Amino acid sequence: MFIINHRKIFFTLSAVLIIGSILVMFLYGFNFGIDFKGGSLLEVSYATNRPAAEGIKADLDNLSLGTYILTPSGDLNYILKTRDISPDEKVLVLSAFQKDPANPAKEERFNSLGPVVGSQLKTKAMIAIVIVILCIVLFITFAFRKVSTPVASWKYGFATIVALAHDVIIPTGVFILWSHFRGGEIDLLFVTALLAILGYSVHDTIVVFDRVRENLKVGNRKESFEQTVGNSVTQTFGRSINTSLTIFIALAALYFLGGESTRDFAFVLLIGVIAGTYSSIFVASPLLVTLEKMQKKV
Amino acid sequence: MAIGFFVYKSDEVSPTDSPRLAKYAFKYGLDLNGGTELTYRADVSKIKSGDVGGAMSSLRDVIERRVNLFGVSEPIVQVENPGVVSGGVDHRLLVELPGVTDIQEAVALIGKTPQLEFRLLRSEAKNFTGEELKNKTVDEVFAPTGLDGQYLERADLQFTNGGGAQLAGQPIVAITFNSEGRDLFAKITREHKGEVLAIFLDGQVISSPVIQDEILDGKAVISGGFTPDEAKALVRDLNYGALPVPIELISTQTIGASLGQDAKTAGVKAGVVGFALIVAFLILWYRLPGIVASLSLIIYIILSLAVFKLIPVTFTAAGIAGFILSIGMAVDANILIFERTKEELKRGKSVHDSLHEGFSRAWLSIRDSNISSIITAIILFWLGTSAIKGFALTLGLGVIISMFTAITISRTFLFAIAPNPPTGREGQGRVSKFLFSNGLHF
Repeated sequence: MFIINHRKIFFTLSAVLIIGSILVMFLYGFNFGIDFKGGSLLEVSYATNRPAAEGIKADLDNLSLGTYILTPSGDLNYILKTRDISPDEKVLVLSAFQKDPANPAKEERFNSLGPVVGSQLKTKAMIAIVIVILCIVLFITFAFRKVSTPVASWKYGFATIVALAHDVIIPTGVFILWSHFRGGEIDLLFVTALLAILGYSVHDTIVVFDRVRENLKVGNRKESFEQTVGNSVTQTFGRSINTSLTIFIALAALYFLGGESTRDFAFVLLIGVIAGTYSSIFVASPLLVTLEKMQKKV
Repeated sequence: MAIGFFVYKSDEVSPTDSPRLAKYAFKYGLDLNGGTELTYRADVSKIKSGDVGGAMSSLRDVIERRVNLFGVSEPIVQVENPGVVSGGVDHRLLVELPGVTDIQEAVALIGKTPQLEFRLLRSEAKNFTGEELKNKTVDEVFAPTGLDGQYLERADLQFTNGGGAQLAGQPIVAITFNSEGRDLFAKITREHKGEVLAIFLDGQVISSPVIQDEILDGKAVISGGFTPDEAKALVRDLNYGALPVPIELISTQTIGASLGQDAKTAGVKAGVVGFALIVAFLILWYRLPGIVASLSLIIYIILSLAVFKLIPVTFTAAGIAGFILSIGMAVDANILIFERTKEELKRGKSVHDSLHEGFSRAWLSIRDSNISSIITAIILFWLGTSAIKGFALTLGLGVIISMFTAITISRTFLFAIAPNPPTGREGQGRVSKFLFSNGLHF
């Protein structure tokens, strides 16, 4: 009941976070990786020490690459980002990195995507996000179709949409902020993480709604809807926290011990799990109560 | 339990060199093993729309043949056609070359247009022994005639009508040359009667008929023991070997082996540590049911790994992440059941009844919430590149398997351990209540 009674506070908190995230998005923009933008990425490592960047840049400037970005990575690596280049051009680029025959540069990885591919992927990703949200909402409306009183079943779907939007916007905002300072790009893996968060967040939400449904069925006629929801939340609280905790543990292990390539991915998922749990308990369920009260006034 | 043990054993054995079980070793994706992925766009603008499917399929075969020449182990060549399901607008060819990091050579080899050639068997070749033949180059055994794919107008599938010594209804391939080809072909057949004229596609002999007679009409028949499918494939290859579909490289991805190796070890370490932490948490918080859940989790992991081997699922870095995530979620079903059981215990039911109630009430929640994860996994599968597909598969399969293990295995264990109801009072003993409740309250 605590949660329901103070729902205004929680709504405000969520709203603040959402607005903050949107602001961050406008402020810093989306730093798309080459998955979405097209272009190429070459990572080179050296065995013993890394030659100075200026020497390499001097050679790269002669290669008509247009604008490029050369960043050091770790202690022994360089990452070069530029327009997409053919394998032949790559050989030329690689030779710019060979400064000392005793200290050869080794190609660690090379990705090159034509711009058309990139934008196609972007479109596909956005469609995927929309479809996932739609499917989930439809599914919830369907699963709760028999619970039409006192709140119509589509309202469960609506509360879910709000929770899901919350779960997409806030992790994105946090990630953009974090990557602004720590480096990180919005690439396909990021979108995957978002979709995974959506899938998981609904888990939680369904458990609470499920309990509401059950309590309504068994129901004490004298209990107001508000009380029912409140009780449901309290009853499922322990379970929600525990499940999120186990997933959090698994993801933390992945973040700290997993490889470089999945680090950003794990980070987004971590934020997402927190956001998802929060939205299920503090947003979706209180929203049901608000909807019911609004409907009573009509 | 027997299944669990068997699965465990087969898991243990396959990393070693038992060849039959080695087939079931884990498959690793490019980002863990190192390798190259190339994506080509096929320009089908000049091909009639009805022929496009055949053209792409032929292209795939030709490219695969070339890639095999390159000596890559387990390459993958796939056609991706546009459409709502695959979400693209182009016809594409995806080539995955594990372990190949010199993409220049790979691209050069693949990018060539398919080659059709007619060559005569040299007279000296008859004198070569089998051993010598193996070491000879194509050129030493077969002399070029100058007649190749650019002169071919078309190839058709026909069936014999049974004249002479032929059986009726045998599939044969009838080829027609253009006017220059016809002249050249007439010259060759006139001058080399009785010799073998071998037909090469990309440097490999696909047919070697003997020249019976001079052929003036520019038509030839290739016969000889084809099954209808072989003949159809040959017709297709000839028609499209001669008319290559131009391909354009649109994306490349190379991961060096060492980077891949790092990712692999890191992923496994994360998985093991994550698992250990979760087990610790479960036992501390849930006590006896926690031990049951941990056991069930172990079986879940073994079962999943076995399924991944059998399908087989290719592991990518994201795939390992997906598996770790699903381990976290697998516990969810167990927790749902336990929480429910705890509630029933509070209401004063016996341990046995509480368990029963716990399971049946929790099942609905488990089912519904896991379905949403499965929906997400399906859509991710549609969206993604091979790396993402790996994640979608491990997550989706993991969720399904976890539902299974939670319900069946946990249930079996718990009921086996729980004290029996009929004897009434004993089941309500404080010790067993303690074991089955959880958390820090007494």
